Amino acid sequence: MTAAATPELTLMEGAAAIGEAAILAGCRFFAGYPMSPFTPLLEHLAEALPAAGGTCINCESEIEGVNMALGAASTGARAATGSCGQGIALMQEAIAEAALNETPMVVFNLARNQQDYFQATRGGGWGDYRTITLAPKDVPEAIEHTQLLFHLSDLHRAPTMLYGDPLLAQTRVGVRLEKLDFGPLPPKDWELDGTRGGTGQSRQVWTWAMGKATDPGPGPDLHWQNIAAKFAAINEIEQRSESAHCEDADTVVVAFGSAALFVEHVVAELRAEGHRVGWFRPITLWPFPGPALEEATRSARRVLVYELNGGQMIDDVRQYAHDRSAIRFIGGVSIHESGLSYGPLLDAPVIRERILAALPEGDPR
Amino acid sequence: MTTESTIERGPVVPTGTAPLGLTPVASTSPLLLGEHSLCPGCGEPVALRILLETLQELGIVQRTIGVVGHGCYGSFVRIMDIDVLQCLHGRAPSCATGIKRMRPDVATFTLQGDGDMVNEGLQEVLHTAARGENVTAILLNNGVFGDTGGQQTATTVVGQRTKTSLEGRDAAVHGHPIPVADLVASLDGVGYVGRGTVGTAGGVLRTKKMIRTAFESQLAGEGFSLVEILTMCPTGWFVTAPQGPDYMASSMEEVYPLGDLRPRTKGTT
Repeated sequence: MTAAATPELTLMEGAAAIGEAAILAGCRFFAGYPMSPFTPLLEHLAEALPAAGGTCINCESEIEGVNMALGAASTGARAATGSCGQGIALMQEAIAEAALNETPMVVFNLARNQQDYFQATRGGGWGDYRTITLAPKDVPEAIEHTQLLFHLSDLHRAPTMLYGDPLLAQTRVGVRLEKLDFGPLPPKDWELDGTRGGTGQSRQVWTWAMGKATDPGPGPDLHWQNIAAKFAAINEIEQRSESAHCEDADTVVVAFGSAALFVEHVVAELRAEGHRVGWFRPITLWPFPGPALEEATRSARRVLVYELNGGQMIDDVRQYAHDRSAIRFIGGVSIHESGLSYGPLLDAPVIRERILAALPEGDPR
Repeated sequence: MTTESTIERGPVVPTGTAPLGLTPVASTSPLLLGEHSLCPGCGEPVALRILLETLQELGIVQRTIGVVGHGCYGSFVRIMDIDVLQCLHGRAPSCATGIKRMRPDVATFTLQGDGDMVNEGLQEVLHTAARGENVTAILLNNGVFGDTGGQQTATTVVGQRTKTSLEGRDAAVHGHPIPVADLVASLDGVGYVGRGTVGTAGGVLRTKKMIRTAFESQLAGEGFSLVEILTMCPTGWFVTAPQGPDYMASSMEEVYPLGDLRPRTKGTT
């Protein structure tokens, strides 16, 4: 990854910064339906995308939005949609379809909390597919992830998702918007441009991949085997994670997204006080960075999972932690009374208290 | 971009060929890559032929993208020599919207059945029409789910027997059919709406003119256009193939009157 000269520091709301990053990445089509806290991204792109020569449609439903994006993407354009929770649920059929007919597009899931980990990483669509999902911890990282997701989407011809939350969408922070270059991409020799009609070489974007009568395609059996193999390969090469203080840690705290930023802060405090605590953060929720987690928890006697839900990521942690018997859940469901954001559990003193409570009595290490 | 001169075509009967003194009603479009696999007496292949002939005659074969929904006609994806997105059930107008916005110089059409457009995709077609998207929707209406073996759709006429209305559609029990083309014709943002039939030779010719009008409206940037085509489905209607056209005329055409439902007015002189 390389970048040009460092741009100016600008105060910007997270959703707007994500929108600007999408435009920097070459996104030229966006369709969305208002839903908090995703709404500010739609509002920003409704103004900024046409100004950048693109199209933004305030569509009639999330189902229409995602299918509009799929259609736009089938022409080779960089296209995206977004929503949260129930809206993402409505989009699942088309996200699966895009995975199976190999149409790249980006889905911005600016969720209300962390209760949609399963929705993001398992999906509710049909067939053998997975969704590459990045969970930035803050707005600067979301700017990078937004651009990376368009790149990965084109590279693998698969839909990708950014899983954020109200803190990411609504926080105003100083950001530097710069166009990032993640390297070369294969030509879009599959894009529909309409120019090959009548030549015998016309193109199809088709989940069944049966091809033309005169030029048969692989058909669903072989095509879907190939899709499954592609996601198996992505699982191997696209894992991303971050960790600190794990080499000698007795206790490793695992968290993702905004929650991981709080954990990072608390662990730094505890380290300064002499506790042998480390943290591990999956950056890609799928593919889950399993081998990295296993390595990070090699010396740990306790693996604490902090997530703001009833226990979802912990399923992935159980698959990979070095010692499964060391895993303890210290998160929980915690929702603001509006239903639109986090409750009191997302707070550094609370996290500190829960980590300390998990340590053995009289043994602060 | 490939030029017309490089097109290789198989042996075909050119459009316009007919016995001396007669008007041609049947041909094989050079855009057909193979034979269809649908039932004897089905109207959908006839509709496909006049659609492809129209693209050829308008000279837009090499700037056209089709979006095909789910139904028996879905198998046409294999035999149409046109760029095609095969999309989810009911979503073709939304996909066509994305395509057209990114490639405004391309003629974009959807190919949908009544189950696809009026059951699963009613929202999509109405909103796409109301937005005035510059795309052409082709509705193949046979009043039945043919692909799954003859169940009731939203356009099944009252009294029609289907596998899910064995004694005939009863309005008190099953509700009323939805005349989607009439709904679309009532919306601002629409350039042209017509309803034709492939049940008679004259109907085929008149329907082909409607398809041409719809594409001309799109190419002139007049907004959404729709051609509803009544198509025979003898298998789904439980009648013999030769009975199909008469059955269709006596049952569907009363509920779905033929003609221009919204004539082209913008941009025509």
